[in-house]
Amino acid sequence: MPKITFIEHDGMKHTVDAEIGTTVMETALRNDVASIVAECGGSCTCATCLVHVDETWSPIVGPPSSEEEDMLDSAFEVKPSSRLSCQIKVTQELDGLIVHTPAYQGR
Amino acid sequence: MSETIKTDVLIIGAGPIGLFAVFELGLLDIKAHLVDILDKVGGQCAELYPEKPIYDIPGIPLITGHGLTGALMEQIKPFHPTFHLGEMVTALKKTGETAFHVGTDNGKIFECKVVVIAAGGGSFQPKRPPIAGIEPYEEKSVFYAVRKMESFRDKRLMIVGGGDSALDWTLNLQPIAKRLTLVHRRDEFRGAPDSVNKMRALVAAGDMDLVIGQVAALEGDGGQLTAASVKDKAGTHARIEVDAMLPFFGLTMKLGPVADWGLNLHENLIPVDTAAFETSEPGLFAIGDINSYAGKLKLILSGFHEAALMAQKAHRYIYPEKRLVFQYTTSSTSLQKKLGVA
Repeated sequence: MPKITFIEHDGMKHTVDAEIGTTVMETALRNDVASIVAECGGSCTCATCLVHVDETWSPIVGPPSSEEEDMLDSAFEVKPSSRLSCQIKVTQELDGLIVHTPAYQGR
Repeated sequence: MSETIKTDVLIIGAGPIGLFAVFELGLLDIKAHLVDILDKVGGQCAELYPEKPIYDIPGIPLITGHGLTGALMEQIKPFHPTFHLGEMVTALKKTGETAFHVGTDNGKIFECKVVVIAAGGGSFQPKRPPIAGIEPYEEKSVFYAVRKMESFRDKRLMIVGGGDSALDWTLNLQPIAKRLTLVHRRDEFRGAPDSVNKMRALVAAGDMDLVIGQVAALEGDGGQLTAASVKDKAGTHARIEVDAMLPFFGLTMKLGPVADWGLNLHENLIPVDTAAFETSEPGLFAIGDINSYAGKLKLILSGFHEAALMAQKAHRYIYPEKRLVFQYTTSSTSLQKKLGVA
C-alpha cells in the first residue's frame, strides 16, 4: 500500500497507509490528521482540505483542475504548490508522497 | 422597529429538510414560517452544490442540488409557507408550556407553539479572508456585504475576489467610487463571462484598476483603513491607498446563535430522541444534519424521515384536542384536497 506523509505546521509528522483509488483527503480523515477539515465531504465546494504539496512531489502530483482553481480562490494562504487534497487520487505512483498541512483551514 | 408574527411552527433553515418539513406539517393542517440567512432557499444544496448530481434521493436516480430545491418548492406550494430570507435567527425563548418567542437579526419576533431547527451545518456566513490583523477593521472599513451602496460614494475602494459577488459589486460601485481596485489571486475569473468582459473594459479604459495578487497586509488606525499591500506571485508588494475593502471569499457554515440556546450540544450537534426528533425541550425539534442520535446519518433522506415523525408530534402541541388519524396521500380524499389534486 502506498504511504503518504502529512507534515503539520508545527512539524508533527504522520506517515500513513493510503488505499489506491481513495483521495489524499480521505486518507487524512481516516487517520485523524486534524488539520484537514473537509467541510463539504470531498465535493470540491469548500476549500478546507488544503495541502501544500512538497516541492519534490509537485511535478508528479500535477496542477489543480480549473474547477479546483475556482475553489482555491477562497482557500487560506494559497501557494503555487497548493492543492485541494480531495482532488488528489492516491495511485502507486504517489507512494512516499509528502504534503504539508496548513495551520488553519479558512472557515 | 420590531414586527411580531404569530404562527403555528417556526422553521429555522430553508434547506431541503426545512422545506420538506413544510410538506409534512401542511398535510396535518399546520402552518409554518421559515427563516434562512441566505437570500435564497435550498441551503447546502443551493449554495454548495446546485449543479452537482445527487444520486441517493429515494426514487430519483439523479437530481442536482438546484433541481431538488425546485422540486421541493413545487411540492410545498399547496401549503403557502412564508419565507424570511436574508435573516438569521438570533434569539429563542420559551414563554409557556408550548409557546416560544423567536427573534431574528432583522428585528422580527415570531410567536409560535413549535420550533423546528433545520439549520444543517449552521448558517452560511462570509469567510474571513486570510489577511492578518483584519478583525479591527471589520464593519468599520472592511465589509463582507453591501447594505447601502451610497456609503461607498467617493471612497477609494478595494474589492477582493474572483466570483460573481466580487464582479457584480465592482460593476455596481465603480461609477460612484472615487477609485476602485479589484484584487484577485489569478487572472482568471469564475464569475459570469459578461461581467468579466465589462470589468476588463473598465480596466482597459483606465476607469478602474485590476491587481493580480493576494492582500498581504493592511494599514490603518482605529478601524479605519488607509492602505492595503498586495503581493504578486513574484513576491513584489504593491501598496494601494484605500478607504474601504470588500472581500468576497465565499461562505462557510457557522453554528452561530444555536450554540447559545442551552441545548446540550454534543460536538456542535443537537441531541434528539428518535420517536419524534424532539430535543430535551418540549415543542423544540431538530431535524437534518444539525441533530444527533444513535445511528444518525447526515443524509437528505434521513432528514426527510425525521421531518415526517416530527410533524406527528408537533400536531399534538398545535391541536391538543384533535385526534390524529394516520392517512395515506394515495387514498385519503382529505389529504388530496389539501394538496389540490382532488
